[in-house]
Amino acid sequence: MLNELSVVAVAALGLLSVAAGVAVFVVDSMARATFALLVSFLAVAGMLLALELTYLGVVTALMMTIEMLIMVVFMIMFMMNPAGLMPMTMVHNGRASAAAGITVFAVLTVGIWTIDWPSRTGSLPADSTRQLGGAIMGSHMLVMLVIGIGLFATIISGTVLATHRGRYDRFGADLRNARPKDPTGGGLK
Amino acid sequence: MPDPGVSGAEPLSLAAAWGLVPAVLAVVAAALVLGTVFAIVDNVAINGARVRSAAEPFRTSLRWLIQQRRTTLSPDRLLWRAGIVAVPVLAVLSLAVVPIGGRTLLTTSADLVWFNAMEALLWAAVWLVGWGPNAVHALVGGYRFLAQGLAYELPLMFALITAGLGADSLRTTGIVAAQENLWFVVTMPVAFVVFLASAAAFTFWGPFAAPAGADIASGVISELSGVDRLVVQAGRAVFLGAAAAMAVALFLGGGAGPWLGEPVWYLLKTFAVMAAVAAVGRRVPLLRPDRFVEFAWMVLVPATLLQTLMVGLLVIWGFYP
Amino acid sequence: MSETVILQLILTVAAALIGVGLFGALSQQSIVMVMMGLELIVNGVILAAGAAWFFLSPELPDAQMLVVVALVVMAVEMAMGFAATLAIYRARQVDMVDDASELSG
Repeated sequence: MLNELSVVAVAALGLLSVAAGVAVFVVDSMARATFALLVSFLAVAGMLLALELTYLGVVTALMMTIEMLIMVVFMIMFMMNPAGLMPMTMVHNGRASAAAGITVFAVLTVGIWTIDWPSRTGSLPADSTRQLGGAIMGSHMLVMLVIGIGLFATIISGTVLATHRGRYDRFGADLRNARPKDPTGGGLK
Repeated sequence: MPDPGVSGAEPLSLAAAWGLVPAVLAVVAAALVLGTVFAIVDNVAINGARVRSAAEPFRTSLRWLIQQRRTTLSPDRLLWRAGIVAVPVLAVLSLAVVPIGGRTLLTTSADLVWFNAMEALLWAAVWLVGWGPNAVHALVGGYRFLAQGLAYELPLMFALITAGLGADSLRTTGIVAAQENLWFVVTMPVAFVVFLASAAAFTFWGPFAAPAGADIASGVISELSGVDRLVVQAGRAVFLGAAAAMAVALFLGGGAGPWLGEPVWYLLKTFAVMAAVAAVGRRVPLLRPDRFVEFAWMVLVPATLLQTLMVGLLVIWGFYP
Repeated sequence: MSETVILQLILTVAAALIGVGLFGALSQQSIVMVMMGLELIVNGVILAAGAAWFFLSPELPDAQMLVVVALVVMAVEMAMGFAATLAIYRARQVDMVDDASELSG
């Protein structure tokens, strides 16, 4: 059901996604590594679009872009050499890691090409976005509920881990300060 | 009559109706018109309604066009150029889902998310423009933009989805069709204002221009010169024009109106939104991103969430057709 | 080209992404780079799930839900990863995995 144009696009994007994925660990500059990863994500998002997963393709691009840009903040914060102006290698266990990566790829590939894949059982829905929305709000609502709780727990635990200041730092030992003492005043309480 | 999307059938896209190349050219032309008009309106808001204000954007563009490009010490040329080119390209791509004349260039089943994704990719483009030249003010500007992005992104998302919720469709054509009886701005005023404010924020214009602020020597665009500067500034103007056009589609009933044709009404409304944005935006003082973050999270996020809740209740009560 | 072959080719691309990601996650010393490796792995999972939906069972939303779950996994991994990095760095100025090995046996 893919037309020829889509097949060509999927092939090109597939090669691009893998090439960009390899580039992540090859380039010296951390900025380039981050954006190579973003290119890999965008290529996969493009493939999802070609596979008629409109909403998921677009939302992958949206989420991953914002995620990479948040990563960029941490990159400058933690990396000693973000622009790669002085090339250095920061790897350990290179050979064993490469062996592990290649083994996993080989096992998966052998599986992919030896399994007797079933043919498509049904037909494409008129609107894959509506199908997903219906599933989230209907038959698969439990998944969404669990995801929601998981994300909420992540927000709380992430904040607890990341911040070293609590309300006693902001409002004083007896919580009586009228205005919080913050490193950056936001103008609100 | 565009399909409201309920049946799931795809409305005819501009690309399917006219062929891909003419449709793309039409959208690029629309982008140029919107960007130019916004630049003029913006100049009028600053310098008053004089002939010189109207001519200023053309004069400046011409000057940038013939200006020689300067560069910096060991820039990251690849990423810099990528960021510069991405700004206008994303602006045009965001216009691809805006229904000008009742049809969009692309028709996806998730137009709103598409528009949002193009704006998110603008984060990457702006940060790259700041990172590329290997200059401190530009980089500071790039990070200010990210801080501002973290502030406006969630309210913008909620504002967008509120329109989709009211129309029961993520297609812009469906949203326009759902406003046949009543414009969404009546029931979604908070979303409308937040959407326009976010548009100013993601193009770092007016009160949200801190990433290109005077205190850091025009920050993220400080090292741009010649054609590069023209391309980025034009991209910003087109993005604001596209956002104004999108606001018309989402909240002001698209091209609906008496006597005049649909495209005429659409353009008139878009120009009116641009004039309002320029008139208000140029009168509000600069907002510092570090302070705006707190306001956005403590006030705008709850406000837009309540707006979405209210619209959700109206949907349940069958208020919208 | 038959549909099955296209599916197998796309899955091979996904396997390559997973392999490269695993190499990165195991070999990199910087925590930020380790997370990039993990993200590549999930990227491969997203692609595989999308291909499975299109070529095997597009009438069911299950594979689409799998993509949603993978996206959420990525967001959680990112948020908790950076939160943990910040906590470790704040406590001991450490940003390399070799120096943060209390959990190893």
